[in-house]
Amino acid sequence: MQSSVQTKDVSPQPVRRTDSFWIRMVRQRQLILMSFPMVIYVLIFAYVPIWGWLMAFQQYRPGFSILNQKWVGWYQFRFLFEDENFVRVLRNTVAMSLISLVLSFVTAIGLAILLNEIKKTGIKRLIQTISYMPHFLSWVIVTGLVSTALSTEDGIVNVVLMKLHLINEPILWLGEGKYFWGIVGASNVWKEVGWNTIIYLAAIASVDPSLYEAAEIDGAGRYRKIRNVTLPGIKPVIVILLILNIGWMLNGGGFEIQYFLGNGQVVDWSETIDIFVLKYGLKIGNYSLGVAAGIFKTAVSIVLLYAANTIAKRLGEERLI
Amino acid sequence: MNTARRGIRTEPLIFHTLNYLFMAFIVVVTLYPFLNTLAVSFNSGLDTTRGGIYLWPRIWTLKNYDAVFVTGHVFHAFGVSVARTVVGTVAGVLLTAMVAYTISRKEFMFRKPITLIFVLTMYFSAGLIPSYFLIKDLNLLNTFLVYILFPGAGAGLISAFNMLVVRTYIHSLPESLIESAKIDGAGDFRVFVSVVLPLCTPVLATIALFVAVGQWNTWFDTFIFASSRQNLSTLQYELIKLLSSATNSNSNPNISSSQAKDAASMITPLSIRAAITMVASIPILFVYPFLQRHFVAGLQLGSVKE
Repeated sequence: MQSSVQTKDVSPQPVRRTDSFWIRMVRQRQLILMSFPMVIYVLIFAYVPIWGWLMAFQQYRPGFSILNQKWVGWYQFRFLFEDENFVRVLRNTVAMSLISLVLSFVTAIGLAILLNEIKKTGIKRLIQTISYMPHFLSWVIVTGLVSTALSTEDGIVNVVLMKLHLINEPILWLGEGKYFWGIVGASNVWKEVGWNTIIYLAAIASVDPSLYEAAEIDGAGRYRKIRNVTLPGIKPVIVILLILNIGWMLNGGGFEIQYFLGNGQVVDWSETIDIFVLKYGLKIGNYSLGVAAGIFKTAVSIVLLYAANTIAKRLGEERLI
Repeated sequence: MNTARRGIRTEPLIFHTLNYLFMAFIVVVTLYPFLNTLAVSFNSGLDTTRGGIYLWPRIWTLKNYDAVFVTGHVFHAFGVSVARTVVGTVAGVLLTAMVAYTISRKEFMFRKPITLIFVLTMYFSAGLIPSYFLIKDLNLLNTFLVYILFPGAGAGLISAFNMLVVRTYIHSLPESLIESAKIDGAGDFRVFVSVVLPLCTPVLATIALFVAVGQWNTWFDTFIFASSRQNLSTLQYELIKLLSSATNSNSNPNISSSQAKDAASMITPLSIRAAITMVASIPILFVYPFLQRHFVAGLQLGSVKE
């Protein structure tokens, strides 16, 4: 008995390492009991449905088991890309994603830099609190506010533009396709710009102050300091967020904006992949085509994420994975 | 000396003036749509259609709010929204923290595979249609449980992002606290409940806010999985039903004014929508400023790479 205690005291590590799998499992039973139910939950709700991807290679008829369907190979995917409608949906998705991505980045970085120049903490905090507000509103509410602001009767955008004599009569903003992409981008900026500054402000705060002092001694003004110290200082954060966002490129800058703001008049400009899936899948009942479009979206997202990550690695930047 | 200093300071003065003006612009643009809706919600519906309501009601009334709550629909939906937010947040936060604790233990043999299983879900999803079939096969269609279990936008029992935030926070706690509790004979569950959980309060407040906002704001699961049962309708979903009717009338002035004239009462879809918008947004707007310090810190934790 005494000798066994002694060996444990002298070298506890090797003894543990040679423990068999089962002994370790028994010892860690509490950790296992605490985590496995949630692992099972996530396997069921996030992984099991992947089984349904088989539907994309079938001509799915409801009422029959998924194994009891007609196999059609890549037919659904070929059909998608020959479908004029889908090509237009793809164009809308990529365009709205790009517009939202660029606008979000530029405005958030710009606002963070300008906020950082405000030295009165009380005012700065108040502005920040107000700027976070829209982030907490649902898209249902935000699109409601947007359509009110853009309305032809009394919409504030038309009222202001008329008062400034920039236009002579109210513009039907939500009734014309050419405005739609811009409205989606602007809505995204309105909702998230304040929220997006949080990370940039943290990054700016972590820039070494001695760099600013050195730049000042060299005679750099405010703009030179922003360009040559602040922006390079937050570059790693910008790159990481870019990679993340490129992975979400086929989200089209959100699903709910287009779903709520889109209408019959602008449908050629507003439909995105997600809406396409919803329409084919649950409304028309062509499940196979809907699943194929969804798989395409996921595959492209993963490829884009991987590509952006690799490029960042090559350029010697921070990377995500 | 004095004049020279003043000369140097003109440039900052111009910059600061412009900067403050710009910030004022941001504040106005952010607040105006909301305050306008607030004014409309307190203004007589028929009067609103005449136009000219900006920041202050012209004819004060509480009829819009009356109309919202008198039907019972919205009142019930409010209750469902509160219920799903409370249940979803409490369950979600505790379970997220529990799994985060297990993957924060370096000695845990399944630490890496479990982390991977969760992190992968951040980058792909099976998609809408397969998920629908799953929910259907599990007999969760038109049940309250689907609100808690379905891992949709911001909701779901556990989100990988939140879990990583909590794990990073646990890593920052002094290991000696956990060690000494273990020497005193506490098992992992005991350590989690009586040592880690109390120390994690700030980060738990952050993810509670994230989960609660997700639960309160989502409508998609109601729309897809529970739209055929009125008593499962949520506040956001009630708003959508109204919104779709009001948006259509917005783009066509004729419909909205004729509807307004048809209505013998003073209530229009527009004013009811404004009232529901307020009911749906004010609870969260009252909470978030108090948690600001926490969620700012939490968001920064989440961006820390492992």
